[in-house]
Amino acid sequence: MAAYWRKTWPFHVLLLPALVLVFLFQYVPLFGAVIAFQDYEPWLGIKGSPWVGFEHFRYLFTYPDGKQIIWNTLIIAGFKLIANLIVPIVFALLLNEVRKMFFKRFVQTFVYLPHFLSWVILGGILIDILSTEGGIINRLLNSFGIQSVFFLGDGRWFRFTVILSDVWKEFGFSAIIFLATLVGINPALYEAAEIDGATRWQQVKLISVPLMMPIVIVVATLSLGRILDAGFDQILNIYNPLVYSHGDIIDTFVYREGLNNGQFSFGTAVGLFKSAIGFILIVISYRMAFKLANYRIF
Amino acid sequence: MRYRSRGYTVFTISNTIFLSLLSLICILPLLHVFALSFSSRAAATANIVNFWPIGFTTDAYVKTLSNVMFLQSLWTGVERTVLGTVLSMVVITMAAYSLSKSIYKFPGRQIYIWVFVFTMLFSGGLIPSYVLISKLKMIDTLWALVLPSAVSVWNMILMLNFFRTIPQELEEAAYIDGAGHLRVLWSVYLPVSMPSIATLSLFTMVFHWNSWFDGMIYMSNPDGYPLATYLHSMIVSDNLSRVGVTLESVANFSNRTVKSAQIFIGALPILLVYPFLQKYFVKGIVLGSVKS
Repeated sequence: MAAYWRKTWPFHVLLLPALVLVFLFQYVPLFGAVIAFQDYEPWLGIKGSPWVGFEHFRYLFTYPDGKQIIWNTLIIAGFKLIANLIVPIVFALLLNEVRKMFFKRFVQTFVYLPHFLSWVILGGILIDILSTEGGIINRLLNSFGIQSVFFLGDGRWFRFTVILSDVWKEFGFSAIIFLATLVGINPALYEAAEIDGATRWQQVKLISVPLMMPIVIVVATLSLGRILDAGFDQILNIYNPLVYSHGDIIDTFVYREGLNNGQFSFGTAVGLFKSAIGFILIVISYRMAFKLANYRIF
Repeated sequence: MRYRSRGYTVFTISNTIFLSLLSLICILPLLHVFALSFSSRAAATANIVNFWPIGFTTDAYVKTLSNVMFLQSLWTGVERTVLGTVLSMVVITMAAYSLSKSIYKFPGRQIYIWVFVFTMLFSGGLIPSYVLISKLKMIDTLWALVLPSAVSVWNMILMLNFFRTIPQELEEAAYIDGAGHLRVLWSVYLPVSMPSIATLSLFTMVFHWNSWFDGMIYMSNPDGYPLATYLHSMIVSDNLSRVGVTLESVANFSNRTVKSAQIFIGALPILLVYPFLQKYFVKGIVLGSVKS
């Protein structure tokens, strides 16, 4: 044991700052989450607050809006998951057909950009361009004789706006992994197909798509673990009381009820519920991806 | 010859047009805000500004930059970005050095890796973190903004993967010359992996510059808001007035050019580092996905 420490002590020392930070800011809150099973009052502390068991978890499901919030979360996250898979794949396939490097670079430069801007910036832009009082999108619709759409004030349109703007922000960046796969395909395969008389469309259908499938499956499976992440950053920047019925998700609810209204225990319980479901899904999806990835590599 | 069919030519042309449109859709909203910020108030209120300033004026920027609250939050934003990035990179680099060693050289690394990776899978959630920060008396301090996020496990994994590509011979030569681990990290690892460190630093900077939520909950007073949080509170009130939840609609509306200017200033640092980001992130993503 002494020999072990003599040999490895510098490694432990170098790890120490990171360990302390992770312990303090990740593991301590993990234990702090026991307040979900209490009626926590800040002045009583964890030791002094009364225990109530699963009371708050039960309350979530009897809460008038509880089911609606879980449903909102699932539907927004579900549609995002599907759209954020299909659009990048199609985009990657189309971009891969571009032969002029200059044009390819040009497109890439523009479509990757929104990913790096925060939802604060993009939310500010969206609120301006989607406004019914002369926002540029509604002006465009009006010029085609279409009535102004209340994108951020009407529940159904709000969900649509949330999903579409998320795809808009992320499709380019999500396509990188697919593009890398496409670029990595051995050109000899296409050449052989061409000699056999395959058209370009047949080459895409019979070579590009099948060879991209394993990575598509992996990405899809891994994103299942985030099915309860409907986009806290995004929604908190563009929602408003008019669309709570359709746009309120678990995370925004936790923030409003838990922090703003001071229901610490209830908020923690809802957050813990989400975290636990997410954890189970991640473990399952990693297992699945591992199986599929194995099949991909070997 | 390759792809000479007429169908393919038609496809190439329509594909080019489609991809050009797609690129435009990604950039035009930003351009619109840019145009608004340099337009006159009258033009903005009359809704005639598209993608080019009408009645060019720098009024909105003059107003923005003489707004004390804005300047203060701009400064806080810069402060947290610099402090947060330096802190995070130092901590991550040290940890990644240890974790990049093979299990033979550093038995026990596996346990550490799991301690870190577990935090990616499960978290206590928003409220326990808030309770902790307030118990630590970090409310209203910069530490609340930089310490909790300092250990980005994802960046740490990327970094240790970079370190693993460094040839063993280099460090062995250094050990033979009598260098210790710190010396090897400083004089061998760091110079060799400068591009990777620069890349991760850029990502961390972007992360800090864009973070707004922690500023909102950990700063009890708007005086302490970093820029992103300041912008958030501004656009939220803008949104509420536009959908008619509050009654200050008219007053807010006339401020449109100033808001656009503030949004654009908020986006500017990202736009400035974007060319450098773009140069590296593809590598980072591909490397990360292959290795993990």
